[in-house]
Amino acid sequence: MMSSTVTATPAPILAVEHVSQRFGNFLALNDVSVSFEAGKLTAIIGPNGAGKSTFFNVVSGAFAPTSGRIRFRGRDITGMAAHQYARVGIAKSFQITNVFKQLSAHENVRVAAQMRSSRFALLRSRGAMTELIDRADMLLARVGLTASRDKHAGDLAHGQQRALEVAMALAAEPVLLLMDEPTAGMSPEETTVMMDLIRSLAAERTVILVEHKMKLVMHLCERLIVLHHGELLAVGTPDAIRNNAEVRRVYLGKN
Amino acid sequence: MMRDFHDFIVRHRVAAAIALLLVFPLLMPYEALAINILIFGLYAVGFNLLFGYTGMLSFGHAAFFGVGSYLTGISIVHFNLPWLAAIGVGVAAAALTGLVIGYLSIRTRGIYFSMVTLALGQIVYYAFYKADRWTGGENGLRGIKVEVINLFGLKLDFLNPLTKYYMILVFVAAALWLVSRILNSPFGAIIEAVRENEKRTAACGFDVARTKLLVFVLSAGICGLAGTLRALHLSIVPIDSLHYLQSGQGVMMCLLGGMGTFFGPFIGAAVFLYLEDVITAMTTHWMAVVGVVFIVFVLFFPRGLWGSLLHWFRRTALARQETGK
Repeated sequence: MMSSTVTATPAPILAVEHVSQRFGNFLALNDVSVSFEAGKLTAIIGPNGAGKSTFFNVVSGAFAPTSGRIRFRGRDITGMAAHQYARVGIAKSFQITNVFKQLSAHENVRVAAQMRSSRFALLRSRGAMTELIDRADMLLARVGLTASRDKHAGDLAHGQQRALEVAMALAAEPVLLLMDEPTAGMSPEETTVMMDLIRSLAAERTVILVEHKMKLVMHLCERLIVLHHGELLAVGTPDAIRNNAEVRRVYLGKN
Repeated sequence: MMRDFHDFIVRHRVAAAIALLLVFPLLMPYEALAINILIFGLYAVGFNLLFGYTGMLSFGHAAFFGVGSYLTGISIVHFNLPWLAAIGVGVAAAALTGLVIGYLSIRTRGIYFSMVTLALGQIVYYAFYKADRWTGGENGLRGIKVEVINLFGLKLDFLNPLTKYYMILVFVAAALWLVSRILNSPFGAIIEAVRENEKRTAACGFDVARTKLLVFVLSAGICGLAGTLRALHLSIVPIDSLHYLQSGQGVMMCLLGGMGTFFGPFIGAAVFLYLEDVITAMTTHWMAVVGVVFIVFVLFFPRGLWGSLLHWFRRTALARQETGK
C-alpha cells in the first residue's frame, strides 16, 4: 500500500492518518494525513479557522477524532485517556494557561514530577522525597523561575505562567512535547525568551507547536505544516513554504 | 516570633491538635458539649477532605455519617457485637456507601455533583426510614448500651462523661493523624491539583476520576467514623443523622473555620456548636442566627476564622521577606 503521508521517513514519532473532525455540520478537519519525524521542531501554522487548534486537540488527546487514526511510535493512541498521554511520553502546554493557581510555582512542578513515581502514595511524606524537590528546582531554573519559586502560581506574570507550564510539561520527561501557541499574549521580550527556551528544548526532544505568528516560526522551525479550511495545504521547510504559491495566496493574502 | 510559632504549629499539627483536645473538656461548660465538638469536628474534617482540599461540594455526606451510626447501632442492638467490632462495621459500611455514591456521582461536576449526591443521600435516608424493624424508623434506633469498655483487662466506665471523652479522643486523634498523613503525601498533592485544575492534572498523567473516587471513599470513611462514635456517645441513633441538614452542617462548619485548612473544620465545628449551645439557651431562633452568621462569613470572611488567620500570617511573612532583602 502506498502511504499518503507527504514525507517518507523511516520511523515517524507521530503519524496522523486520515484524520477528520466534525462538529455538527462543520467539518473542522478533513482527511488530514501527516507524519512527524523524531527529533525535529515542527510548527503547524495556518490562518484563523484553519483547524490548527482542532488539530492540536485531536493529536494531544483532548478529544478523539471523528474518523482516522493517530499513532505514536507505531502504537495506535486514538481515543486514549487524557492522563495516559503523559505516561506514554507526550506532554503538552495549553494555549490558555493552565496552572495550579493556589499552589506555589515549585509545588506546581513538583506535583507534575511525581507522576512517574508516586500516583497513589497515601502515607509517604512528600517533604521527604528530596529527589522530586530537587528536580522541580532544576526545572524552575531551566525556565528562569528560580526567583519566583515560592510565589503562588496565580500571582506570577503571564509570561512566567507560560514558562511554568513548560516546566510542568517537562517534568513528565516527555519524548514528544506539544505546545499550543506558546507565545500567545506575550510581550515581545517575553516572546524572545520563550523562543530561546523552545529552541533549547528542541535540541533534546521532538517538539510540535501550533502557532499563529508565521514570522516567528520561520526562524525557529525546521519543518512547517500549513492547514487551511481544515485541510492539509503544504508541508516543507520554511524556505519551501515561503515560496509555495498556494500558501502565499491563502495565508499571506497575496494573489 | 509569631512566624516561628506558626511554623511550629503547622509542622506538628497533629500533636498540637491532640494537646489542645486533651485539655479541651476543661474549657467547655460541660463534657457532653466537648464530646459533641469532638465528634462533629471529625465529621467536618472528613467533609473538608473532599470539599476544601479536592473542591467537591457534596450535599450527601449525612449518608456516611448516618450509615456509620446506624450500622454500629444495629451491630450492637441486633447482633450483640462488641463495641470495637461495631465501630469497624460502621466505618466499613460508610466507606462502602461512599464507594457506591462516589462511583455514581464523581463524573458530574459543580452543581450537578452536589445535586446527585443530595439525591443519593436522600435515597439512603428513605431506605433507613422505611426499614423500621432494623432502624426504629422515625423514632430512631434505641438501646445501644455500651456501659463498660474492657481494655486489656482495664475496665473503663463509659457512662462517665470524661472517660467517654478521652475514649472517643483516641479514635479522633488516630483519624486526624491519618488525614494529616494523607494531606502530606504525594497523593495529597494530587488532590489539591485536582481542585486547582482538572485538565492540567490529567495532562500531568494523573487519573482524575480514580483520584476523586479514592478521596470520596476516604472522606466517607472518616465521616462514618464520626457517626459510629456518635452512636456510642448518645446510645441512640436519631433519624436526623441521615437528614440533608446534617450534610449542610458540614459545609457550614468548614466555611466558618476555613475550608482547605487542617484546623479550620474543627474550629468551625467548635464555634458552631458552642454558639448553638449558648444561643439556644437564650432564644428558640437559633437557625436565624445561623443564617446571619453564614451570610457574614460568605460575604466578609470567605476564608473562615482559621483560614483568615493563616492568610494574615502568610502575608506578613512575605512582606517581611520583601523588606528584609
